[in-house]
Amino acid sequence: MTITQAQQEVVDEFALFSDWQDRYEHLIELGKDLPLIAPEHKTDDNLVRGCQSRVWLHADVSTPLDVTDQKVIHFTADSDAMITKGIVALLVRVFNDRTPQEILGASTEFIDKIGLRAHLSPNRANGLSAMVDQMKRYALAFSSNSTKHGSWSPAFLLNSCQVRGPGLWSLAMRTVRCGQRPWAP
Amino acid sequence: MHTLSTKATEAQEAARDTIRRHINARHAHEVIFTSGTTASINLAANSLGQLLLKNGDEVLISGMEHHANIVPWQMVCERYGAKLKVIPVTDEGELEPRRRDDATEYFTERTKVFAITHVSNTLGTINPIKELIAQARKQGIITVVDGAQAIAHLNVDVQDLGCDLYAFSGHKAYGPTGTGVLYGREELLERMPPWQGGGEMIDVVTFEKTTYAKLPFKFEAGTPHIAGIIGLGEAIRWMEDYDKAAMAAHEHKLLEHATKELLTIDGLRIIGTAKEKVGVIGFVIGGVHHYDLGTLLDQQGIAVRTGHHCTQPLMERFGVSGTTRASFACFNTVAEVDALVAGVKKGVKMLR
Ligand SMILES: Cc1ncc(COP(=O)(O)O)c(C=O)c1O
Repeated sequence: MTITQAQQEVVDEFALFSDWQDRYEHLIELGKDLPLIAPEHKTDDNLVRGCQSRVWLHADVSTPLDVTDQKVIHFTADSDAMITKGIVALLVRVFNDRTPQEILGASTEFIDKIGLRAHLSPNRANGLSAMVDQMKRYALAFSSNSTKHGSWSPAFLLNSCQVRGPGLWSLAMRTVRCGQRPWAP
Repeated sequence: MHTLSTKATEAQEAARDTIRRHINARHAHEVIFTSGTTASINLAANSLGQLLLKNGDEVLISGMEHHANIVPWQMVCERYGAKLKVIPVTDEGELEPRRRDDATEYFTERTKVFAITHVSNTLGTINPIKELIAQARKQGIITVVDGAQAIAHLNVDVQDLGCDLYAFSGHKAYGPTGTGVLYGREELLERMPPWQGGGEMIDVVTFEKTTYAKLPFKFEAGTPHIAGIIGLGEAIRWMEDYDKAAMAAHEHKLLEHATKELLTIDGLRIIGTAKEKVGVIGFVIGGVHHYDLGTLLDQQGIAVRTGHHCTQPLMERFGVSGTTRASFACFNTVAEVDALVAGVKKGVKMLR
């Protein structure tokens, strides 16, 4: 199933609910299936900035057994708010175990289509769009990194921008400032 | 110079006079137009900083300030080597009373500026600013009041309060966004240096030296938000059609009703239980995240604000990451409060 198909599946699933209450109850249920981030990765470094509720996101790269020349990204996450967790679960569901190229090319329009757009609008109050950006930054990082296994290291960003500093987010922002914005439309 | 521009200027100056009357300032030129409370406080901090602050001086604020009344002071304190001191907040959300025998008295001989919120946007607390200002002035301390949350809910009389500067936003007084006021006592404003330079605020400009315009224009660099200012004047006039005390009494009734009803919800804790409050009620509910609750209330057509309300130090003080805050204005009804309470109950049920 492609990302687009997975997203369509979500849209169809949500179309079954006619009122907001059922929709949100379903979302809260989905949150319970989120592949949870391991306790050792639930650190401040992995907090997504800009969310009113806290979101932790971790990514690993692995090579599926059947396709040896391809890397896919595996996300795990958590949130302290249930609705946020549901949305995170939806995003992880469609983006999980995809190649960096697939993730970088994907849109998140399906969130609009199921009536949850407010949560992803890039404003100061909710800022879950930061979460999508973060997933794409991981994809960007992994796509440029030659390691096939294990967690990604920020070395390439350091080299390409010649800056030093902690935290993936700030590093990625520096990448943006250096003019690399592959996820821009 | 043409008819339309003259009319616009006249309307703007009429708004200035309306506001002067509303806050009982002595002169219209004591009313400076800004883009909001934030801009007003930044003006105050930068100008007062230059006028007054020296290495080792102190600026006193309280623990319940909005970031707009923290950060500008922090920035100027850093610039001039001054210290930012903070009056602590009690569990009820009131200012900790001063202990006379305490070595860390709030006002010291190094205190140059005392900046305090009239009403807390997060707790609803109405601070006893008149007494505090009187005390500060006795010691020659310049007083700045953040009136953002007070202007629409209390009778604000700057002469009676005795403050030197008073800031508020248009959009919190039923006026347009992007407008605001800094009231200042004439004698102080005359002494304060201008902050921003540019058009409108000058008298004569040469490349060697510029002399500044008289009050209030000295502090109003650039083209003003004329349309907004006229709108703000009208909003204030609209408010004056009503009795503010009656408005406040109505809002208080809503607050009491909401407080009583919300407290029937299991695990609900109100953050801000001061004796003197405006119609603001912030709360947390055990096991329920404010973001979730805010979302579910929004779905029910109920507008609350969730999060830290630009008062992060206060959130830290109460050990919470954020609250859900309902606030009542004069046009709200008891039925709406009931809808809020029912909405919260429904939300909690979905989330537990
Ligand atoms: C107490 C208080 N001070 C300052 C401000 C800042 O006002 P503005 O954003 O209009 O400049 C607010 C607004 O939320 C407030 O509630």
